[in-house]
Amino acid sequence: MVELLVGSLNNVAKYIIPTLLVGIPFYALAVKKVPVYEVFVVGAKDGFTIAVRIIPYLVAILVAVGMFRASGALDMLMNLLAPVLNFVGFPAENLPLALMRPLSGSGSLGLLTDLVNEHGVDSLTTKIGATMYGSSETTFYVLAVYFGSVGVIRSRHAVPAGLFADAVGAISAVFFCKLLIA
Amino acid sequence: MLNYIWFGMMAIGVAAGIYNDKIDAVTNAAIDMAKVSVEISIGLIGIMALWLGIMKIAEASGLIKIIAKGLRPITIRLFPDVPEDHPAIGSIVLNMSANILGLGNAATPLGLKAMEELQELNDQKDTATNSMVMFLAINTSSVQLILPATVVALMGATASEIFVTTILATLSSTIAAIAIVKFLEKRKRFAIVPDEEEQENHHG
Repeated sequence: MVELLVGSLNNVAKYIIPTLLVGIPFYALAVKKVPVYEVFVVGAKDGFTIAVRIIPYLVAILVAVGMFRASGALDMLMNLLAPVLNFVGFPAENLPLALMRPLSGSGSLGLLTDLVNEHGVDSLTTKIGATMYGSSETTFYVLAVYFGSVGVIRSRHAVPAGLFADAVGAISAVFFCKLLIA
Repeated sequence: MLNYIWFGMMAIGVAAGIYNDKIDAVTNAAIDMAKVSVEISIGLIGIMALWLGIMKIAEASGLIKIIAKGLRPITIRLFPDVPEDHPAIGSIVLNMSANILGLGNAATPLGLKAMEELQELNDQKDTATNSMVMFLAINTSSVQLILPATVVALMGATASEIFVTTILATLSSTIAAIAIVKFLEKRKRFAIVPDEEEQENHHG
């Protein structure tokens, strides 16, 4: 049942972008008589400025995350936290991914690959990891890109709120996987 | 807050790097990531241009307004300080739809367009508004109906087993995100500080 649903959803998904790319200009041209080519070019011009504008923000965030990652600090933090989390039922094997997820997309994908290689795709550990990976975004990257694109420097409650939601997501991943899969 | 986290990550990185004898790796990471950041940004130009162009057409044809009006009952609760017919609502809705459908490539340009429109409503351009933080929090908690292609590639058919758990986990984190944003935006320590006051703090 679920497999069929997933299959058909992913099937539908591959038609969405082409439909939008044709459907929007079609509606504009046929119904509203919008000069679509000219309007497109005007809009597309902003692509360059926005992309260039986010560079300093992205450099700031990604360099800090990169230094943190490369230093082995995450392993130290994990050793520190593992006994506590094991006590409350949070599997230690999934902790690195939970900590990495808000920091780095490629880093957490690497950790998920490690889980698959070490525990196999059928293990609960891998499924928890994949759920964590799929249910969250790279908070710091999104923050740098979104706020950077408009020059917002003072992020107010964005970071604590984002990290809180990430923590809830990671804990829910463990909870629902243990409840529904194990 | 970001000042401390940013500095903290680098300082801990250097300290732990020295302790773990990985200081070369830390240095290389800093230089590499600086390069990677530019590559990511430059790589965005084409996709950004494509979607911003299409969005401009959607805007000119009135499609954005139609979408924004239709979903107004939901968005007014999440973004009460955005006027009813403001284009930001349309972009926000489209960005969320793209996220739900797992269209990462389309979601970012739409999200940045929404940020730009939210910025128009911002009195203090260097400070995030309540709506911006709400939008960001919903984005990072990522409501998603389609499993990421990377997960499917890694896990094969087993991926369908985590379909339900992923939706439940992402739903929980999104609800948590909305609740915590609504809670924190009223706290004094996250209040919007007027420019002059902030400057005094910096000099004093």
